[in-house]
Amino acid sequence: MVLGKGASSSLSMNKVDGAEEMVDNSNNFTVLVADDDPLIQKLHEMHLKKFGLKVQVVENGKKAVDLCHFGATFNLILIDKEMPVMDGAEATKELQAMGVNSLIVGVTSRDSPYEKQAFMEAGLDYCFEKPLTADKINFLLQELNKNN
Amino acid sequence: MDVLQLQKQFVDYRASLYHEGFLDEQFTQLQELQDENNPDFVVEVVSLFFEDSERLLNELTKALEQQSIDFKRVDAHVHQLKGSSSSIGAQRVQKVCIAFRNYCEEQNIEGCLKCLQQVKHEYSLVKTKFETMFQLEQQILTAGGSIPV
Repeated sequence: MVLGKGASSSLSMNKVDGAEEMVDNSNNFTVLVADDDPLIQKLHEMHLKKFGLKVQVVENGKKAVDLCHFGATFNLILIDKEMPVMDGAEATKELQAMGVNSLIVGVTSRDSPYEKQAFMEAGLDYCFEKPLTADKINFLLQELNKNN
Repeated sequence: MDVLQLQKQFVDYRASLYHEGFLDEQFTQLQELQDENNPDFVVEVVSLFFEDSERLLNELTKALEQQSIDFKRVDAHVHQLKGSSSSIGAQRVQKVCIAFRNYCEEQNIEGCLKCLQQVKHEYSLVKTKFETMFQLEQQILTAGGSIPV
Protein backbone atom coordinates (compact mmCIF):
# COMPACT_ATOMS: atom_id res chain seq x y z
CA MET A 1 0.00 0.00 0.00
CA VAL A 2 1.36 3.41 -0.89
CA LEU A 3 1.21 5.84 1.99
CA GLY A 4 1.41 9.57 1.62
CA LYS A 5 4.81 10.96 2.55
CA GLY A 6 3.45 13.17 5.27
CA ALA A 7 2.76 16.30 3.25
CA SER A 8 -0.90 17.08 3.43
CA SER A 9 -1.05 18.30 -0.10
CA SER A 10 0.19 15.11 -1.73
CA LEU A 11 -2.15 13.21 -3.98
CA SER A 12 -1.92 9.45 -4.01
CA MET A 13 -1.95 7.67 -7.32
CA ASN A 14 -4.60 5.13 -8.15
CA LYS A 15 -3.01 1.72 -8.38
CA VAL A 16 -3.64 0.02 -11.70
CA ASP A 17 -3.29 -3.55 -10.56
CA GLY A 18 -6.73 -3.80 -9.02
CA ALA A 19 -5.77 -2.74 -5.53
CA GLU A 20 -8.14 -0.44 -3.69
CA GLU A 21 -8.48 3.10 -4.95
CA MET A 22 -6.29 5.42 -2.97
CA VAL A 23 -7.83 8.10 -0.87
CA ASP A 24 -6.91 11.65 -1.78
CA ASN A 25 -4.35 12.74 0.83
CA SER A 26 -4.84 16.44 0.18
CA ASN A 27 -7.14 16.74 3.12
CA ASN A 28 -7.13 19.21 5.92
CA PHE A 29 -8.60 16.81 8.39
CA THR A 30 -7.63 17.26 11.99
CA VAL A 31 -7.45 14.48 14.52
CA LEU A 32 -7.38 14.48 18.29
CA VAL A 33 -5.77 11.40 19.85
CA ALA A 34 -6.62 10.75 23.48
CA ASP A 35 -4.51 7.99 25.06
CA ASP A 36 -2.44 7.79 28.23
CA ASP A 37 0.24 5.47 26.84
CA PRO A 38 3.20 7.35 25.28
CA LEU A 39 3.89 4.35 23.03
CA ILE A 40 0.36 4.41 21.61
CA GLN A 41 0.47 8.20 21.33
CA LYS A 42 3.66 8.03 19.25
CA LEU A 43 2.38 5.18 17.12
CA HIS A 44 -1.00 6.69 16.37
CA GLU A 45 0.46 10.11 15.69
CA MET A 46 2.90 8.65 13.17
CA HIS A 47 0.28 6.48 11.49
CA LEU A 48 -2.09 9.41 11.09
CA LYS A 49 0.56 11.87 9.92
CA LYS A 50 1.51 9.41 7.17
CA PHE A 51 -1.97 9.90 5.81
CA GLY A 52 -1.55 13.67 5.77
CA LEU A 53 -3.67 14.24 8.84
CA LYS A 54 -2.94 16.96 11.38
CA VAL A 55 -2.68 15.40 14.80
CA GLN A 56 -2.98 16.65 18.33
CA VAL A 57 -2.42 14.36 21.31
CA VAL A 58 -3.78 14.48 24.86
CA GLU A 59 -3.26 11.95 27.64
CA ASN A 60 -6.70 11.75 29.19
CA GLY A 61 -10.39 12.26 28.56
CA LYS A 62 -10.63 15.44 30.57
CA LYS A 63 -8.02 17.18 28.43
CA ALA A 64 -9.91 16.09 25.31
CA VAL A 65 -13.16 17.51 26.67
CA ASP A 66 -11.49 20.73 27.83
CA LEU A 67 -9.88 21.31 24.43
CA CYS A 68 -13.22 21.01 22.69
CA HIS A 69 -14.94 23.06 25.36
CA PHE A 70 -12.52 25.90 24.71
CA GLY A 71 -13.31 25.90 21.02
CA ALA A 72 -10.88 23.50 19.37
CA THR A 73 -12.52 21.53 16.58
CA PHE A 74 -11.48 18.22 15.11
CA ASN A 75 -12.82 16.15 12.24
CA LEU A 76 -11.92 12.97 14.07
CA ILE A 77 -11.42 12.13 17.73
CA LEU A 78 -9.65 8.84 18.48
CA ILE A 79 -10.29 7.97 22.05
CA ASP A 80 -8.87 5.23 24.24
CA LYS A 81 -11.18 3.61 26.74
CA GLU A 82 -8.80 3.25 29.70
CA MET A 83 -7.39 6.60 30.78
CA PRO A 84 -6.82 8.25 34.14
CA VAL A 85 -8.72 11.34 35.37
CA MET A 86 -11.55 10.79 32.86
CA ASP A 87 -11.89 7.60 30.82
CA GLY A 88 -12.96 7.25 27.22
CA ALA A 89 -16.58 6.38 27.86
CA GLU A 90 -17.16 9.37 30.12
CA ALA A 91 -15.28 11.70 27.79
CA THR A 92 -17.35 10.44 24.85
CA LYS A 93 -20.59 11.14 26.70
CA GLU A 94 -19.43 14.66 27.51
CA LEU A 95 -18.28 15.32 23.95
CA GLN A 96 -21.61 14.15 22.58
CA ALA A 97 -23.47 16.25 25.13
CA MET A 98 -21.43 19.25 23.99
CA GLY A 99 -22.56 18.52 20.44
CA VAL A 100 -19.09 18.32 18.90
CA ASN A 101 -19.15 17.94 15.16
CA SER A 102 -16.54 15.19 15.03
CA LEU A 103 -16.39 11.54 14.17
CA ILE A 104 -15.75 9.96 17.56
CA VAL A 105 -13.97 6.63 17.34
CA GLY A 106 -13.06 4.47 20.27
CA VAL A 107 -9.78 2.59 20.20
CA THR A 108 -9.60 -0.07 22.83
CA SER A 109 -7.53 -3.05 23.83
CA ARG A 110 -10.47 -4.45 25.73
CA ASP A 111 -11.33 -7.62 23.89
CA SER A 112 -14.66 -8.54 25.42
CA PRO A 113 -17.57 -7.73 23.07
CA TYR A 114 -19.51 -6.65 26.14
CA GLU A 115 -16.96 -3.96 26.99
CA LYS A 116 -16.82 -2.81 23.37
CA GLN A 117 -20.62 -2.58 23.36
CA ALA A 118 -20.62 -0.55 26.57
CA PHE A 119 -18.10 1.83 25.06
CA MET A 120 -20.17 2.16 21.87
CA GLU A 121 -23.20 3.01 23.96
CA ALA A 122 -21.38 6.01 25.38
CA GLY A 123 -21.89 7.55 21.95
CA LEU A 124 -19.11 6.37 19.67
CA ASP A 125 -19.50 6.34 15.92
CA TYR A 126 -17.13 3.37 15.65
CA CYS A 127 -15.01 1.28 17.93
CA PHE A 128 -11.77 -0.40 16.86
CA GLU A 129 -9.48 -2.73 18.63
CA LYS A 130 -5.91 -1.57 19.12
CA PRO A 131 -3.63 -1.24 17.39
CA LEU A 132 -4.54 1.25 14.75
CA THR A 133 -3.62 0.03 11.28
CA ALA A 134 -3.43 1.56 7.83
CA ASP A 135 -6.67 -0.24 6.84
CA LYS A 136 -8.59 1.27 9.73
CA ILE A 137 -7.30 4.74 8.99
CA ASN A 138 -8.21 4.33 5.33
CA PHE A 139 -11.70 3.38 6.36
CA LEU A 140 -12.01 6.43 8.62
CA LEU A 141 -10.66 8.72 5.92
CA GLN A 142 -13.33 7.45 3.59
CA GLU A 143 -15.96 8.21 6.21
CA LEU A 144 -14.53 11.69 6.71
CA ASN A 145 -14.54 12.31 2.99
CA LYS A 146 -18.17 11.28 2.83
CA ASN A 147 -19.21 13.62 5.60
CA ASN A 148 -17.21 16.64 4.50
CA MET B 1 32.27 -8.92 6.77
CA ASP B 2 31.24 -6.84 3.80
CA VAL B 3 28.01 -4.91 3.45
CA LEU B 4 26.23 -7.57 1.42
CA GLN B 5 27.03 -10.23 3.98
CA LEU B 6 25.90 -7.97 6.82
CA GLN B 7 22.69 -7.23 5.00
CA LYS B 8 22.02 -10.92 4.41
CA GLN B 9 22.73 -11.66 8.05
CA PHE B 10 20.26 -8.96 9.06
CA VAL B 11 17.51 -10.13 6.69
CA ASP B 12 17.90 -13.74 7.83
CA TYR B 13 17.87 -12.73 11.46
CA ARG B 14 14.78 -10.61 11.10
CA ALA B 15 13.00 -13.39 9.18
CA SER B 16 13.82 -15.83 11.98
CA LEU B 17 12.12 -13.54 14.50
CA TYR B 18 8.88 -13.76 12.55
CA HIS B 19 9.32 -17.47 12.03
CA GLU B 20 9.83 -18.12 15.74
CA GLY B 21 6.80 -16.02 16.64
CA PHE B 22 8.72 -13.23 18.36
CA LEU B 23 7.38 -10.66 15.93
CA ASP B 24 4.20 -10.36 13.92
CA GLU B 25 2.65 -8.20 11.20
CA GLN B 26 2.29 -5.26 13.56
CA PHE B 27 6.08 -4.89 13.64
CA THR B 28 6.09 -4.77 9.84
CA GLN B 29 3.61 -1.88 9.98
CA LEU B 30 5.92 -0.14 12.42
CA GLN B 31 8.86 -0.46 10.04
CA GLU B 32 6.75 0.88 7.19
CA LEU B 33 6.07 4.01 9.21
CA GLN B 34 9.78 4.81 9.42
CA ASP B 35 11.16 7.08 6.71
CA GLU B 36 13.92 9.63 6.02
CA ASN B 37 12.10 12.21 8.12
CA ASN B 38 11.85 9.82 11.06
CA PRO B 39 14.81 7.47 10.69
CA ASP B 40 14.80 6.39 14.34
CA PHE B 41 11.11 5.80 14.68
CA VAL B 42 11.31 2.05 15.24
CA VAL B 43 14.10 2.32 17.80
CA GLU B 44 12.20 5.06 19.63
CA VAL B 45 8.98 3.08 19.78
CA VAL B 46 10.75 -0.10 20.86
CA SER B 47 12.56 1.90 23.57
CA LEU B 48 9.19 3.08 24.83
CA PHE B 49 8.08 -0.54 24.90
CA PHE B 50 11.14 -1.44 27.00
CA GLU B 51 10.38 1.36 29.47
CA ASP B 52 6.69 0.49 29.65
CA SER B 53 7.36 -3.21 30.13
CA GLU B 54 10.01 -2.83 32.79
CA ARG B 55 7.79 -0.53 34.79
CA LEU B 56 4.80 -2.86 34.43
CA LEU B 57 6.80 -5.98 35.32
CA ASN B 58 8.00 -4.25 38.49
CA GLU B 59 4.46 -3.27 39.37
CA LEU B 60 3.24 -6.80 38.72
CA THR B 61 5.94 -8.31 40.90
CA LYS B 62 5.04 -5.96 43.75
CA ALA B 63 1.31 -6.52 43.35
CA LEU B 64 1.67 -10.30 43.43
CA GLU B 65 3.85 -10.17 46.54
CA GLN B 66 1.09 -8.59 48.60
CA GLN B 67 -0.57 -10.55 51.39
CA SER B 68 -3.93 -9.78 49.93
CA ILE B 69 -3.65 -9.58 46.15
CA ASP B 70 -5.64 -6.94 44.31
CA PHE B 71 -6.44 -8.88 41.14
CA LYS B 72 -8.06 -5.90 39.49
CA ARG B 73 -4.83 -3.99 39.82
CA VAL B 74 -2.83 -6.95 38.51
CA ASP B 75 -5.24 -7.26 35.60
CA ALA B 76 -4.92 -3.57 34.79
CA HIS B 77 -1.14 -3.87 34.55
CA VAL B 78 -1.31 -7.02 32.41
CA HIS B 79 -3.85 -5.33 30.19
CA GLN B 80 -1.44 -2.46 29.60
CA LEU B 81 1.41 -4.82 28.88
CA LYS B 82 -0.76 -6.72 26.45
CA GLY B 83 -1.62 -3.45 24.74
CA SER B 84 1.93 -2.27 24.26
CA SER B 85 3.28 -5.67 23.24
CA SER B 86 0.54 -6.05 20.64
CA SER B 87 1.16 -2.54 19.35
CA ILE B 88 4.75 -3.27 18.46
CA GLY B 89 4.18 -6.83 17.36
CA ALA B 90 5.83 -8.62 20.29
CA GLN B 91 3.60 -11.60 19.77
CA ARG B 92 4.95 -14.04 22.35
CA VAL B 93 4.72 -11.49 25.15
CA GLN B 94 1.19 -10.66 24.08
CA LYS B 95 0.16 -14.34 24.14
CA VAL B 96 1.37 -14.82 27.71
CA CYS B 97 -0.57 -11.70 28.71
CA ILE B 98 -3.77 -13.23 27.37
CA ALA B 99 -3.30 -16.32 29.56
CA PHE B 100 -2.27 -14.10 32.44
CA ARG B 101 -5.51 -12.13 32.25
CA ASN B 102 -7.54 -15.34 32.35
CA TYR B 103 -5.82 -16.33 35.61
CA CYS B 104 -6.52 -12.85 37.01
CA GLU B 105 -10.17 -13.28 36.23
CA GLU B 106 -10.18 -16.62 38.04
CA GLN B 107 -8.18 -15.04 40.89
CA ASN B 108 -5.79 -17.95 40.52
CA ILE B 109 -2.62 -16.93 42.39
CA GLU B 110 -0.52 -19.84 41.25
CA GLY B 111 -1.52 -19.31 37.65
CA CYS B 112 -0.69 -15.62 37.92
CA LEU B 113 2.71 -16.27 39.43
CA LYS B 114 3.48 -18.79 36.71
CA CYS B 115 2.47 -16.28 34.04
CA LEU B 116 4.53 -13.58 35.64
CA GLN B 117 7.63 -15.77 35.33
CA GLN B 118 6.71 -16.63 31.77
CA VAL B 119 6.10 -13.05 30.72
CA LYS B 120 9.37 -11.91 32.29
CA HIS B 121 11.13 -14.66 30.37
CA GLU B 122 9.47 -13.78 27.06
CA TYR B 123 10.13 -10.10 27.57
CA SER B 124 13.79 -10.76 28.27
CA LEU B 125 14.04 -12.90 25.13
CA VAL B 126 12.39 -10.37 22.83
CA LYS B 127 14.44 -7.55 24.31
CA THR B 128 17.63 -9.41 23.44
CA LYS B 129 16.30 -10.13 19.96
CA PHE B 130 15.52 -6.46 19.34
CA GLU B 131 18.90 -5.35 20.66
CA THR B 132 20.67 -7.84 18.40
CA MET B 133 18.63 -6.68 15.42
CA PHE B 134 19.42 -3.03 16.10
CA GLN B 135 23.11 -3.88 16.46
CA LEU B 136 23.05 -5.61 13.07
CA GLU B 137 21.40 -2.52 11.58
CA GLN B 138 24.07 -0.32 13.09
CA GLN B 139 26.82 -2.53 11.63
CA ILE B 140 25.30 -2.19 8.17
CA LEU B 141 25.07 1.58 8.48
CA THR B 142 28.63 1.82 9.80
CA ALA B 143 29.83 -0.22 6.83
CA GLY B 144 28.14 2.30 4.55
CA GLY B 145 25.17 0.16 3.56
CA SER B 146 21.45 0.72 3.84
CA ILE B 147 18.96 -1.32 5.83
CA PRO B 148 17.07 -3.77 3.60
CA VAL B 149 13.30 -3.33 3.79
